[in-house]
Amino acid sequence: MTSLGQRALRHPSFAIGLVLTTLLVAVAALSLVWTPHSPYEIDMALRLRAPDASHWLGTDPYGRDIASLLLVGARASIVVGVIAVGIGLVIGVGLGLLAAARRGWVEEALMRVCDFGFAFPAILSAIMLTAVFGPGMVNAIVAIGIYNIPTFARITRASANAVWAREYILAARASGQSTWAITWEHVLPNIASVLVVQTTIRFAIAILAEAALSYLGLGTQPPQPSWGRMLSEAQTLLFQAPMLAVYPGVAIALAVLGLNLLGDGLRDLSDPKLARKR
Amino acid sequence: MALFLFKRLITLLATLAGTSIVVFAVLEVLPGNAAQVLMGPDASPEAVAALTAKLGLDQPALTRYGQWIAGLLTGDMGLSYAYSTPVGELVMQRLTLTVPLALMAMALTVVLALAAGVYAAARHHKAGDVGVMGLTQVGIAIPNFWFAILLILLFAVHLKWFAAGGFPGWEDGMLDGLRALILPALSLAVVQAAILARITRSSVLEVLREDFVRTARAKGASPRRVMWGHVLRNAMIPVITVMGLQFAELLAGTIVVESVFYLPGLGRLIFQSIANRDLIVVRNCVMLLAVMVVVVNFVVDVLYAVIDPRVKASDI
Repeated sequence: MTSLGQRALRHPSFAIGLVLTTLLVAVAALSLVWTPHSPYEIDMALRLRAPDASHWLGTDPYGRDIASLLLVGARASIVVGVIAVGIGLVIGVGLGLLAAARRGWVEEALMRVCDFGFAFPAILSAIMLTAVFGPGMVNAIVAIGIYNIPTFARITRASANAVWAREYILAARASGQSTWAITWEHVLPNIASVLVVQTTIRFAIAILAEAALSYLGLGTQPPQPSWGRMLSEAQTLLFQAPMLAVYPGVAIALAVLGLNLLGDGLRDLSDPKLARKR
Repeated sequence: MALFLFKRLITLLATLAGTSIVVFAVLEVLPGNAAQVLMGPDASPEAVAALTAKLGLDQPALTRYGQWIAGLLTGDMGLSYAYSTPVGELVMQRLTLTVPLALMAMALTVVLALAAGVYAAARHHKAGDVGVMGLTQVGIAIPNFWFAILLILLFAVHLKWFAAGGFPGWEDGMLDGLRALILPALSLAVVQAAILARITRSSVLEVLREDFVRTARAKGASPRRVMWGHVLRNAMIPVITVMGLQFAELLAGTIVVESVFYLPGLGRLIFQSIANRDLIVVRNCVMLLAVMVVVVNFVVDVLYAVIDPRVKASDI
Protein backbone atom coordinates (compact mmCIF):
# COMPACT_ATOMS: atom_id res chain seq x y z
CA MET A 1 0.00 0.00 0.00
CA THR A 2 1.59 3.23 -1.11
CA SER A 3 0.69 6.62 0.23
CA LEU A 4 -1.52 8.97 -1.75
CA GLY A 5 1.44 11.30 -2.34
CA GLN A 6 3.53 8.57 -3.92
CA ARG A 7 0.63 7.36 -6.04
CA ALA A 8 -0.02 10.91 -7.15
CA LEU A 9 3.54 11.54 -8.32
CA ARG A 10 3.55 8.27 -10.25
CA HIS A 11 0.34 9.20 -12.04
CA PRO A 12 1.55 10.70 -15.33
CA SER A 13 -1.35 13.09 -16.03
CA PHE A 14 -1.40 14.34 -12.47
CA ALA A 15 2.38 14.88 -12.39
CA ILE A 16 2.52 16.71 -15.75
CA GLY A 17 -0.61 18.71 -14.89
CA LEU A 18 0.83 19.73 -11.52
CA VAL A 19 4.09 20.88 -13.11
CA LEU A 20 2.32 22.95 -15.81
CA THR A 21 -0.18 24.49 -13.39
CA THR A 22 2.56 25.36 -10.89
CA LEU A 23 4.48 26.93 -13.76
CA LEU A 24 1.44 29.04 -14.71
CA VAL A 25 0.98 30.32 -11.17
CA ALA A 26 4.74 30.85 -10.71
CA VAL A 27 4.98 32.84 -13.94
CA ALA A 28 2.07 35.07 -12.94
CA ALA A 29 3.56 35.57 -9.47
CA LEU A 30 7.00 36.34 -10.90
CA SER A 31 5.50 38.95 -13.23
CA LEU A 32 4.26 40.86 -10.17
CA VAL A 33 7.83 41.54 -9.05
CA TRP A 34 9.96 41.14 -12.18
CA THR A 35 9.73 41.11 -15.96
CA PRO A 36 12.66 41.34 -18.40
CA HIS A 37 11.28 44.66 -19.74
CA SER A 38 8.23 46.79 -19.05
CA PRO A 39 5.23 45.27 -20.86
CA TYR A 40 3.71 48.76 -21.22
CA GLU A 41 6.66 50.69 -22.65
CA ILE A 42 6.17 51.54 -26.32
CA ASP A 43 9.35 52.08 -28.34
CA MET A 44 8.79 52.20 -32.09
CA ALA A 45 12.56 52.00 -32.72
CA LEU A 46 12.48 48.46 -31.32
CA ARG A 47 9.43 47.26 -33.28
CA LEU A 48 9.29 43.64 -34.53
CA ARG A 49 12.82 42.70 -33.45
CA ALA A 50 13.94 39.09 -33.84
CA PRO A 51 14.70 37.22 -30.61
CA ASP A 52 18.08 38.12 -29.04
CA ALA A 53 19.76 38.04 -25.63
CA SER A 54 17.80 41.05 -24.35
CA HIS A 55 14.42 40.24 -25.97
CA TRP A 56 14.20 36.44 -25.69
CA LEU A 57 11.17 36.13 -27.94
CA GLY A 58 11.57 39.39 -29.86
CA THR A 59 9.30 42.42 -29.77
CA ASP A 60 5.79 43.25 -30.98
CA PRO A 61 4.75 45.97 -33.49
CA TYR A 62 4.94 48.59 -30.69
CA GLY A 63 8.42 47.51 -29.61
CA ARG A 64 7.17 45.85 -26.44
CA ASP A 65 9.03 42.77 -25.19
CA ILE A 66 7.04 39.60 -26.06
CA ALA A 67 8.40 37.55 -23.16
CA SER A 68 7.34 40.26 -20.68
CA LEU A 69 3.88 40.51 -22.26
CA LEU A 70 3.47 36.73 -21.97
CA LEU A 71 4.51 36.74 -18.30
CA VAL A 72 2.08 39.53 -17.40
CA GLY A 73 -0.63 38.01 -19.64
CA ALA A 74 -0.72 34.98 -17.34
CA ARG A 75 -2.13 37.28 -14.66
CA ALA A 76 -5.22 38.18 -16.69
CA SER A 77 -5.94 34.48 -17.27
CA ILE A 78 -5.56 33.63 -13.59
CA VAL A 79 -7.57 36.62 -12.29
CA VAL A 80 -10.45 35.96 -14.68
CA GLY A 81 -10.29 32.21 -14.00
CA VAL A 82 -10.23 32.50 -10.21
CA ILE A 83 -13.04 35.05 -9.92
CA ALA A 84 -15.27 33.57 -12.64
CA VAL A 85 -14.92 30.02 -11.30
CA GLY A 86 -15.34 31.41 -7.77
CA ILE A 87 -18.68 32.97 -8.75
CA GLY A 88 -19.82 29.70 -10.33
CA LEU A 89 -18.55 27.63 -7.40
CA VAL A 90 -20.09 29.67 -4.58
CA ILE A 91 -23.49 30.32 -6.18
CA GLY A 92 -23.70 27.00 -8.06
CA VAL A 93 -22.72 24.83 -5.08
CA GLY A 94 -25.07 26.80 -2.84
CA LEU A 95 -28.00 26.24 -5.20
CA GLY A 96 -27.09 22.58 -5.71
CA LEU A 97 -26.90 21.92 -1.96
CA LEU A 98 -30.21 23.72 -1.45
CA ALA A 99 -31.87 21.65 -4.17
CA ALA A 100 -30.59 18.39 -2.67
CA ALA A 101 -31.54 19.34 0.89
CA ARG A 102 -35.04 20.62 0.09
CA ARG A 103 -36.03 18.32 -2.80
CA GLY A 104 -39.60 18.71 -4.07
CA TRP A 105 -40.58 21.87 -5.90
CA VAL A 106 -37.47 23.80 -4.80
CA GLU A 107 -35.24 21.24 -6.51
CA GLU A 108 -37.48 21.17 -9.58
CA ALA A 109 -37.57 24.97 -9.89
CA LEU A 110 -33.82 25.40 -9.37
CA MET A 111 -32.93 22.75 -11.92
CA ARG A 112 -35.29 24.26 -14.50
CA VAL A 113 -33.64 27.66 -13.99
CA CYS A 114 -30.28 25.95 -14.54
CA ASP A 115 -31.64 24.39 -17.74
CA PHE A 116 -32.18 27.77 -19.17
CA GLY A 117 -28.80 28.97 -18.05
CA PHE A 118 -27.47 26.42 -20.55
CA ALA A 119 -29.08 28.40 -23.36
CA PHE A 120 -26.41 31.08 -22.86
CA PRO A 121 -22.86 29.96 -23.62
CA ALA A 122 -20.21 32.30 -22.13
CA ILE A 123 -19.74 34.05 -25.46
CA LEU A 124 -23.44 34.86 -25.78
CA SER A 125 -23.83 36.24 -22.25
CA ALA A 126 -20.62 38.23 -22.72
CA ILE A 127 -21.98 39.69 -25.96
CA MET A 128 -25.19 40.75 -24.24
CA LEU A 129 -23.31 42.37 -21.36
CA THR A 130 -20.92 44.07 -23.79
CA ALA A 131 -23.74 45.40 -25.94
CA VAL A 132 -25.17 47.15 -22.88
CA PHE A 133 -22.20 48.02 -20.65
CA GLY A 134 -19.33 48.10 -23.14
CA PRO A 135 -16.39 45.71 -23.29
CA GLY A 136 -14.13 45.06 -20.30
CA MET A 137 -12.53 42.55 -18.00
CA VAL A 138 -15.25 42.81 -15.33
CA ASN A 139 -18.02 42.05 -17.83
CA ALA A 140 -16.01 39.10 -19.13
CA ILE A 141 -15.60 37.77 -15.59
CA VAL A 142 -19.32 38.15 -14.85
CA ALA A 143 -20.27 36.48 -18.13
CA ILE A 144 -17.98 33.48 -17.57
CA GLY A 145 -19.11 33.31 -13.94
CA ILE A 146 -22.80 33.18 -14.90
CA TYR A 147 -21.98 30.49 -17.42
CA ASN A 148 -20.37 28.39 -14.66
CA ILE A 149 -23.27 28.53 -12.20
CA PRO A 150 -25.60 25.92 -13.79
CA THR A 151 -22.77 23.43 -14.28
CA PHE A 152 -21.74 23.58 -10.63
CA ALA A 153 -25.36 23.51 -9.46
CA ARG A 154 -26.14 20.36 -11.46
CA ILE A 155 -23.03 18.47 -10.40
CA THR A 156 -23.46 19.46 -6.75
CA ARG A 157 -27.10 18.41 -6.73
CA ALA A 158 -26.40 15.04 -8.36
CA SER A 159 -23.53 14.20 -6.01
CA ALA A 160 -25.34 15.58 -2.94
CA ASN A 161 -28.45 13.51 -3.71
CA ALA A 162 -26.27 10.40 -3.73
CA VAL A 163 -24.85 11.33 -0.32
CA TRP A 164 -28.31 12.06 1.11
CA ALA A 165 -29.34 8.48 0.29
CA ARG A 166 -26.60 6.97 2.49
CA GLU A 167 -27.18 5.27 5.86
CA TYR A 168 -24.97 7.61 7.87
CA ILE A 169 -27.21 10.51 6.86
CA LEU A 170 -30.17 8.56 8.18
CA ALA A 171 -28.25 8.03 11.41
CA ALA A 172 -27.48 11.76 11.64
CA ARG A 173 -31.13 12.55 11.06
CA ALA A 174 -32.22 10.05 13.68
CA SER A 175 -29.87 11.70 16.16
CA GLY A 176 -31.74 14.96 15.55
CA GLN A 177 -29.28 16.95 13.43
CA SER A 178 -30.85 19.70 11.37
CA THR A 179 -30.89 19.64 7.55
CA TRP A 180 -28.31 22.44 7.38
CA ALA A 181 -25.99 20.85 9.94
CA ILE A 182 -26.08 17.61 7.92
CA THR A 183 -25.44 19.52 4.68
CA TRP A 184 -22.45 21.31 6.21
CA GLU A 185 -20.94 18.44 8.20
CA HIS A 186 -21.67 15.40 6.03
CA VAL A 187 -22.78 16.30 2.53
CA LEU A 188 -20.29 19.02 1.62
CA PRO A 189 -17.15 17.15 2.81
CA ASN A 190 -18.28 14.06 0.90
CA ILE A 191 -18.74 15.84 -2.40
CA ALA A 192 -15.60 17.99 -2.04
CA SER A 193 -13.44 15.75 -4.24
CA VAL A 194 -15.96 15.95 -7.09
CA LEU A 195 -16.01 19.73 -6.74
CA VAL A 196 -12.21 20.02 -6.70
CA VAL A 197 -12.00 18.06 -9.96
CA GLN A 198 -14.74 20.16 -11.53
CA THR A 199 -13.14 23.41 -10.36
CA THR A 200 -9.87 22.52 -12.09
CA ILE A 201 -11.63 21.69 -15.35
CA ARG A 202 -13.86 24.80 -15.24
CA PHE A 203 -10.74 26.88 -14.59
CA ALA A 204 -9.30 25.58 -17.84
CA ILE A 205 -12.54 26.41 -19.66
CA ALA A 206 -12.53 29.90 -18.10
CA ILE A 207 -9.00 30.52 -19.42
CA LEU A 208 -10.15 29.51 -22.91
CA ALA A 209 -13.23 31.74 -22.64
CA GLU A 210 -11.18 34.72 -21.41
CA ALA A 211 -8.78 34.27 -24.29
CA ALA A 212 -11.63 34.10 -26.82
CA LEU A 213 -13.38 37.16 -25.38
CA SER A 214 -10.14 39.18 -25.29
CA TYR A 215 -9.38 38.06 -28.84
CA LEU A 216 -12.78 39.45 -29.88
CA GLY A 217 -12.02 42.67 -28.01
CA LEU A 218 -14.71 42.01 -25.38
CA GLY A 219 -12.42 40.97 -22.52
CA THR A 220 -9.24 42.43 -21.05
CA GLN A 221 -8.65 45.92 -22.45
CA PRO A 222 -5.39 47.63 -23.45
CA PRO A 223 -2.86 48.40 -22.13
CA GLN A 224 -3.35 45.42 -19.78
CA PRO A 225 -1.62 42.53 -21.61
CA SER A 226 -3.63 39.38 -22.28
CA TRP A 227 -2.87 36.32 -24.38
CA GLY A 228 -6.11 36.53 -26.33
CA ARG A 229 -5.53 40.12 -27.40
CA MET A 230 -1.90 39.43 -28.29
CA LEU A 231 -3.27 36.89 -30.78
CA SER A 232 -5.69 39.36 -32.36
CA GLU A 233 -2.89 41.94 -32.70
CA ALA A 234 -0.61 39.27 -34.18
CA GLN A 235 -3.20 38.25 -36.76
CA THR A 236 -2.79 41.54 -38.65
CA LEU A 237 0.93 40.78 -39.08
CA LEU A 238 0.80 37.12 -40.08
CA PHE A 239 2.92 37.71 -43.17
CA GLN A 240 5.67 39.83 -41.55
CA ALA A 241 5.91 38.22 -38.10
CA PRO A 242 4.20 34.81 -38.00
CA MET A 243 5.81 33.81 -34.69
CA LEU A 244 3.87 36.54 -32.86
CA ALA A 245 0.76 34.43 -33.47
CA VAL A 246 2.42 31.30 -32.11
CA TYR A 247 3.75 32.21 -28.62
CA PRO A 248 0.53 33.38 -26.94
CA GLY A 249 -1.36 30.36 -28.32
CA VAL A 250 1.26 28.01 -26.92
CA ALA A 251 0.93 29.75 -23.54
CA ILE A 252 -2.88 29.33 -23.53
CA ALA A 253 -2.68 25.70 -24.68
CA LEU A 254 -0.07 24.79 -22.02
CA ALA A 255 -2.10 26.45 -19.23
CA VAL A 256 -5.31 24.69 -20.30
CA LEU A 257 -3.55 21.37 -20.87
CA GLY A 258 -1.97 21.56 -17.40
CA LEU A 259 -5.28 22.21 -15.65
CA ASN A 260 -7.10 19.50 -17.62
CA LEU A 261 -4.41 16.90 -16.88
CA LEU A 262 -4.44 17.94 -13.22
CA GLY A 263 -8.23 17.50 -13.13
CA ASP A 264 -8.05 14.09 -14.82
CA GLY A 265 -5.32 13.01 -12.42
CA LEU A 266 -7.29 14.18 -9.38
CA ARG A 267 -10.34 12.31 -10.61
CA ASP A 268 -8.39 9.07 -11.05
CA LEU A 269 -6.72 9.44 -7.66
CA SER A 270 -9.98 10.17 -5.83
CA ASP A 271 -11.74 7.24 -7.52
CA PRO A 272 -9.27 4.43 -8.27
CA LYS A 273 -12.07 2.15 -9.50
CA LEU A 274 -12.82 4.55 -12.31
CA ALA A 275 -9.13 4.85 -13.19
CA ARG A 276 -8.79 1.09 -13.67
CA LYS A 277 -11.78 1.01 -15.97
CA ARG A 278 -10.45 3.70 -18.27
CA MET B 1 -43.93 8.30 -24.31
CA ALA B 2 -46.73 10.81 -24.96
CA LEU B 3 -46.55 12.06 -21.36
CA PHE B 4 -42.75 12.29 -21.52
CA LEU B 5 -42.92 14.21 -24.77
CA PHE B 6 -45.59 16.51 -23.37
CA LYS B 7 -43.56 17.24 -20.23
CA ARG B 8 -40.41 17.94 -22.25
CA LEU B 9 -42.38 20.19 -24.60
CA ILE B 10 -43.74 22.23 -21.67
CA THR B 11 -40.17 22.56 -20.33
CA LEU B 12 -38.98 23.63 -23.77
CA LEU B 13 -41.64 26.34 -24.02
CA ALA B 14 -40.95 27.55 -20.47
CA THR B 15 -37.22 27.68 -21.22
CA LEU B 16 -37.81 29.64 -24.42
CA ALA B 17 -40.12 32.06 -22.59
CA GLY B 18 -37.55 32.54 -19.81
CA THR B 19 -34.78 33.04 -22.34
CA SER B 20 -36.76 35.66 -24.22
CA ILE B 21 -37.49 37.54 -20.97
CA VAL B 22 -33.79 37.57 -20.03
CA VAL B 23 -32.74 38.71 -23.52
CA PHE B 24 -35.40 41.42 -23.56
CA ALA B 25 -34.58 42.60 -20.03
CA VAL B 26 -30.82 42.76 -20.65
CA LEU B 27 -30.87 44.25 -24.15
CA GLU B 28 -34.02 46.39 -24.07
CA VAL B 29 -34.86 47.45 -20.52
CA LEU B 30 -31.37 47.60 -18.95
CA PRO B 31 -29.77 50.08 -21.39
CA GLY B 32 -32.57 52.60 -20.84
CA ASN B 33 -33.67 54.37 -23.99
CA ALA B 34 -32.49 52.56 -27.14
CA ALA B 35 -32.94 55.79 -29.13
CA GLN B 36 -30.45 57.54 -26.84
CA VAL B 37 -28.05 54.59 -27.17
CA LEU B 38 -28.40 54.70 -30.94
CA MET B 39 -27.85 58.46 -31.30
CA GLY B 40 -25.09 58.70 -28.71
CA PRO B 41 -24.82 60.87 -25.59
CA ASP B 42 -24.43 64.14 -27.52
CA ALA B 43 -27.77 63.99 -29.36
CA SER B 44 -30.27 66.76 -28.64
CA PRO B 45 -33.22 65.77 -26.39
CA GLU B 46 -35.70 66.73 -29.15
CA ALA B 47 -34.05 64.44 -31.68
CA VAL B 48 -33.96 61.61 -29.17
CA ALA B 49 -37.63 62.15 -28.33
CA ALA B 50 -38.55 62.13 -32.01
CA LEU B 51 -36.67 58.89 -32.65
CA THR B 52 -38.14 57.37 -29.48
CA ALA B 53 -41.63 58.02 -30.78
CA LYS B 54 -40.73 56.84 -34.28
CA LEU B 55 -39.36 53.53 -32.99
CA GLY B 56 -42.31 53.07 -30.63
CA LEU B 57 -39.99 53.08 -27.60
CA ASP B 58 -42.32 55.36 -25.63
CA GLN B 59 -44.70 52.46 -25.08
CA PRO B 60 -44.52 50.42 -21.85
CA ALA B 61 -41.89 47.64 -21.75
CA LEU B 62 -44.56 44.95 -21.45
CA THR B 63 -46.30 46.14 -24.64
CA ARG B 64 -42.99 46.21 -26.51
CA TYR B 65 -42.14 42.71 -25.25
CA GLY B 66 -45.53 41.47 -26.47
CA GLN B 67 -45.00 43.11 -29.86
CA TRP B 68 -41.52 41.56 -30.14
CA ILE B 69 -42.76 38.03 -29.34
CA ALA B 70 -45.77 38.39 -31.65
CA GLY B 71 -43.37 39.58 -34.37
CA LEU B 72 -40.97 36.67 -33.75
CA LEU B 73 -43.81 34.17 -34.06
CA THR B 74 -44.93 35.68 -37.38
CA GLY B 75 -41.36 36.00 -38.67
CA ASP B 76 -41.25 39.80 -38.34
CA MET B 77 -38.21 40.88 -36.31
CA GLY B 78 -38.65 44.61 -36.90
CA LEU B 79 -36.39 47.11 -38.68
CA SER B 80 -32.69 47.45 -38.07
CA TYR B 81 -31.98 50.96 -36.71
CA ALA B 82 -28.65 51.17 -38.52
CA TYR B 83 -29.44 49.51 -41.86
CA SER B 84 -33.15 50.47 -42.04
CA THR B 85 -33.78 47.01 -43.49
CA PRO B 86 -35.89 44.26 -41.92
CA VAL B 87 -33.85 42.37 -39.31
CA GLY B 88 -35.33 39.09 -40.56
CA GLU B 89 -33.81 39.67 -44.02
CA LEU B 90 -30.38 40.49 -42.56
CA VAL B 91 -30.47 37.42 -40.35
CA MET B 92 -31.62 35.02 -43.08
CA GLN B 93 -28.86 36.26 -45.37
CA ARG B 94 -26.22 35.62 -42.66
CA LEU B 95 -27.65 32.22 -41.77
CA THR B 96 -26.85 30.97 -45.29
CA LEU B 97 -23.23 31.11 -44.13
CA THR B 98 -23.44 30.21 -40.44
CA VAL B 99 -25.68 27.15 -40.78
CA PRO B 100 -23.61 25.45 -43.54
CA LEU B 101 -20.47 26.28 -41.53
CA ALA B 102 -21.84 24.66 -38.37
CA LEU B 103 -23.11 21.62 -40.31
CA MET B 104 -19.78 21.18 -42.07
CA ALA B 105 -17.94 21.46 -38.74
CA MET B 106 -20.29 18.87 -37.21
CA ALA B 107 -19.72 16.43 -40.09
CA LEU B 108 -15.94 16.83 -39.75
CA THR B 109 -16.24 16.38 -35.97
CA VAL B 110 -18.12 13.10 -36.34
CA VAL B 111 -15.75 11.65 -38.95
CA LEU B 112 -12.59 12.60 -37.04
CA ALA B 113 -13.98 11.53 -33.66
CA LEU B 114 -15.33 8.13 -34.72
CA ALA B 115 -12.12 7.26 -36.56
CA ALA B 116 -9.87 8.32 -33.68
CA GLY B 117 -12.10 6.88 -30.94
CA VAL B 118 -12.55 3.46 -32.54
CA TYR B 119 -8.85 3.29 -33.46
CA ALA B 120 -7.83 4.05 -29.85
CA ALA B 121 -10.34 1.60 -28.34
CA ALA B 122 -9.22 -1.21 -30.66
CA ARG B 123 -5.66 -0.68 -29.41
CA HIS B 124 -6.53 -0.22 -25.74
CA HIS B 125 -3.39 0.52 -23.65
CA LYS B 126 -1.10 0.11 -26.68
CA ALA B 127 1.02 2.82 -28.27
CA GLY B 128 -1.72 3.82 -30.76
CA ASP B 129 -4.23 4.36 -27.94
CA VAL B 130 -1.82 6.39 -25.80
CA GLY B 131 -0.83 8.47 -28.82
CA VAL B 132 -4.39 9.27 -29.87
CA MET B 133 -5.45 10.06 -26.31
CA GLY B 134 -2.44 12.36 -25.91
CA LEU B 135 -3.43 14.13 -29.13
CA THR B 136 -7.00 14.57 -27.90
CA GLN B 137 -5.72 16.19 -24.69
CA VAL B 138 -3.78 18.68 -26.84
CA GLY B 139 -6.85 19.15 -29.07
CA ILE B 140 -9.05 20.02 -26.10
CA ALA B 141 -6.46 22.51 -24.78
CA ILE B 142 -6.09 24.45 -28.05
CA PRO B 143 -8.38 27.48 -28.41
CA ASN B 144 -10.34 27.16 -31.66
CA PHE B 145 -9.46 30.70 -32.79
CA TRP B 146 -5.74 30.02 -32.31
CA PHE B 147 -6.00 26.80 -34.28
CA ALA B 148 -7.76 28.86 -36.96
CA ILE B 149 -4.82 31.30 -37.04
CA LEU B 150 -2.35 28.39 -37.27
CA LEU B 151 -4.34 26.96 -40.20
CA ILE B 152 -4.18 30.36 -41.91
CA LEU B 153 -0.41 30.48 -41.28
CA LEU B 154 0.11 27.05 -42.82
CA PHE B 155 -2.43 26.91 -45.66
CA ALA B 156 -2.76 30.57 -46.63
CA VAL B 157 0.56 32.20 -45.74
CA HIS B 158 3.00 29.33 -46.44
CA LEU B 159 1.34 26.92 -48.85
CA LYS B 160 -1.07 29.48 -50.40
CA TRP B 161 -3.70 26.74 -50.98
CA PHE B 162 -6.54 28.76 -49.46
CA ALA B 163 -7.41 32.42 -49.00
CA ALA B 164 -6.66 33.82 -45.53
CA GLY B 165 -10.33 34.75 -45.09
CA GLY B 166 -13.41 36.22 -46.67
CA PHE B 167 -16.32 34.55 -48.41
CA PRO B 168 -17.13 34.68 -52.16
CA GLY B 169 -20.83 33.91 -51.63
CA TRP B 170 -22.86 31.04 -53.05
CA GLU B 171 -23.69 32.80 -56.33
CA ASP B 172 -20.46 31.82 -58.14
CA GLY B 173 -21.05 28.14 -57.50
CA MET B 174 -21.13 25.88 -54.46
CA LEU B 175 -17.50 24.81 -54.70
CA ASP B 176 -16.00 28.27 -54.12
CA GLY B 177 -18.25 28.78 -51.11
CA LEU B 178 -17.47 25.37 -49.60
CA ARG B 179 -13.77 25.93 -50.20
CA ALA B 180 -13.88 29.16 -48.18
CA LEU B 181 -15.56 27.30 -45.31
CA ILE B 182 -13.12 24.36 -45.11
CA LEU B 183 -10.53 25.98 -42.82
CA PRO B 184 -13.14 27.61 -40.53
CA ALA B 185 -15.04 24.33 -40.24
CA LEU B 186 -11.83 22.42 -39.52
CA SER B 187 -10.80 24.82 -36.76
CA LEU B 188 -14.23 24.47 -35.14
CA ALA B 189 -14.24 20.70 -35.53
CA VAL B 190 -10.85 19.82 -34.06
CA VAL B 191 -11.66 20.75 -30.44
CA GLN B 192 -15.09 19.10 -30.51
CA ALA B 193 -13.68 16.03 -32.27
CA ALA B 194 -11.09 15.67 -29.50
CA ILE B 195 -13.85 15.62 -26.88
CA LEU B 196 -16.07 13.28 -28.90
CA ALA B 197 -13.19 10.90 -29.66
CA ARG B 198 -12.59 10.39 -25.92
CA ILE B 199 -16.28 9.65 -25.37
CA THR B 200 -16.39 7.28 -28.37
CA ARG B 201 -13.34 5.44 -27.05
CA SER B 202 -14.69 4.92 -23.54
CA SER B 203 -18.14 3.97 -24.85
CA VAL B 204 -16.65 1.42 -27.26
CA LEU B 205 -14.44 -0.02 -24.49
CA GLU B 206 -17.52 -0.39 -22.29
CA VAL B 207 -19.41 -2.30 -24.99
CA LEU B 208 -16.38 -4.47 -25.83
CA ARG B 209 -16.73 -6.03 -22.35
CA GLU B 210 -20.30 -7.18 -23.02
CA ASP B 211 -21.18 -10.85 -23.37
CA PHE B 212 -22.66 -10.50 -26.85
CA VAL B 213 -19.28 -9.30 -28.14
CA ARG B 214 -17.68 -12.48 -26.81
CA THR B 215 -20.43 -14.50 -28.47
CA ALA B 216 -19.89 -12.73 -31.78
CA ARG B 217 -16.16 -13.42 -31.53
CA ALA B 218 -16.75 -17.05 -30.59
CA LYS B 219 -18.94 -17.43 -33.66
CA GLY B 220 -15.88 -16.49 -35.67
CA ALA B 221 -16.82 -12.97 -36.76
CA SER B 222 -13.80 -10.98 -37.91
CA PRO B 223 -12.53 -8.19 -35.59
CA ARG B 224 -13.66 -5.66 -38.19
CA ARG B 225 -17.16 -7.13 -38.33
CA VAL B 226 -17.38 -7.25 -34.51
CA MET B 227 -16.28 -3.61 -34.19
CA TRP B 228 -18.42 -2.06 -36.94
CA GLY B 229 -21.38 -4.46 -36.89
CA HIS B 230 -21.88 -5.10 -33.19
CA VAL B 231 -19.88 -2.77 -30.96
CA LEU B 232 -20.21 0.58 -32.66
CA ARG B 233 -23.97 0.36 -33.05
CA ASN B 234 -24.38 -0.19 -29.31
CA ALA B 235 -21.75 2.35 -28.37
CA MET B 236 -23.49 5.15 -30.24
CA ILE B 237 -26.06 6.13 -27.58
CA PRO B 238 -23.81 8.32 -25.40
CA VAL B 239 -21.97 9.50 -28.50
CA ILE B 240 -25.17 10.84 -30.08
CA THR B 241 -26.15 12.63 -26.87
CA VAL B 242 -22.83 14.44 -26.73
CA MET B 243 -23.02 15.24 -30.45
CA GLY B 244 -26.24 17.18 -29.86
CA LEU B 245 -24.68 19.22 -27.07
CA GLN B 246 -21.66 19.83 -29.29
CA PHE B 247 -23.77 21.23 -32.09
CA ALA B 248 -24.83 23.97 -29.68
CA GLU B 249 -21.17 24.57 -28.82
CA LEU B 250 -20.31 24.74 -32.52
CA LEU B 251 -23.00 27.36 -33.11
CA ALA B 252 -21.56 29.52 -30.33
CA GLY B 253 -18.07 28.84 -31.66
CA THR B 254 -18.96 30.21 -35.09
CA ILE B 255 -19.13 33.70 -33.52
CA VAL B 256 -15.37 33.58 -32.82
CA VAL B 257 -14.27 31.71 -35.91
CA GLU B 258 -16.25 33.97 -38.26
CA SER B 259 -14.25 36.86 -36.81
CA VAL B 260 -10.94 35.09 -37.44
CA PHE B 261 -11.76 34.42 -41.11
CA TYR B 262 -13.76 37.64 -41.74
CA LEU B 263 -16.81 35.61 -42.73
CA PRO B 264 -20.10 37.54 -43.09
CA GLY B 265 -22.13 35.23 -40.85
CA LEU B 266 -24.47 35.72 -37.90
CA GLY B 267 -21.57 36.22 -35.47
CA ARG B 268 -20.10 39.06 -37.52
CA LEU B 269 -23.54 40.63 -37.80
CA ILE B 270 -23.80 40.64 -34.00
CA PHE B 271 -20.42 42.38 -33.72
CA GLN B 272 -21.18 44.97 -36.36
CA SER B 273 -24.49 45.65 -34.65
CA ILE B 274 -22.82 46.12 -31.27
CA ALA B 275 -20.48 48.63 -32.92
CA ASN B 276 -23.49 50.33 -34.59
CA ARG B 277 -25.38 50.23 -31.27
CA ASP B 278 -28.11 48.49 -33.20
CA LEU B 279 -29.63 46.74 -30.19
CA ILE B 280 -32.65 45.38 -32.04
CA VAL B 281 -30.39 43.29 -34.29
CA VAL B 282 -28.26 42.13 -31.34
CA ARG B 283 -31.39 41.18 -29.42
CA ASN B 284 -32.86 39.11 -32.26
CA CYS B 285 -29.57 37.42 -33.14
CA VAL B 286 -28.81 36.49 -29.53
CA MET B 287 -32.35 35.15 -29.16
CA LEU B 288 -32.01 33.16 -32.38
CA LEU B 289 -28.75 31.53 -31.24
CA ALA B 290 -30.25 30.76 -27.81
CA VAL B 291 -33.33 29.23 -29.45
CA MET B 292 -31.15 27.02 -31.64
CA VAL B 293 -29.19 25.84 -28.58
CA VAL B 294 -32.36 25.10 -26.58
CA VAL B 295 -34.12 23.34 -29.47
CA VAL B 296 -31.08 21.18 -30.27
CA ASN B 297 -30.88 20.13 -26.62
CA PHE B 298 -34.58 19.31 -26.65
CA VAL B 299 -34.24 17.17 -29.78
CA VAL B 300 -31.32 15.33 -28.19
CA ASP B 301 -33.32 14.63 -25.02
CA VAL B 302 -36.20 13.23 -27.05
CA LEU B 303 -33.92 11.21 -29.36
CA TYR B 304 -32.18 9.81 -26.32
CA ALA B 305 -35.50 8.61 -24.93
CA VAL B 306 -36.38 7.04 -28.28
CA ILE B 307 -33.07 5.19 -28.45
CA ASP B 308 -32.91 4.20 -24.78
CA PRO B 309 -36.36 3.58 -23.23
CA ARG B 310 -34.88 3.51 -19.71
CA VAL B 311 -34.62 7.30 -19.79
CA LYS B 312 -38.39 7.72 -19.56
CA ALA B 313 -38.60 5.66 -16.40
CA SER B 314 -36.33 8.05 -14.54
CA ASP B 315 -37.99 11.02 -16.27
CA ILE B 316 -35.43 13.76 -16.63
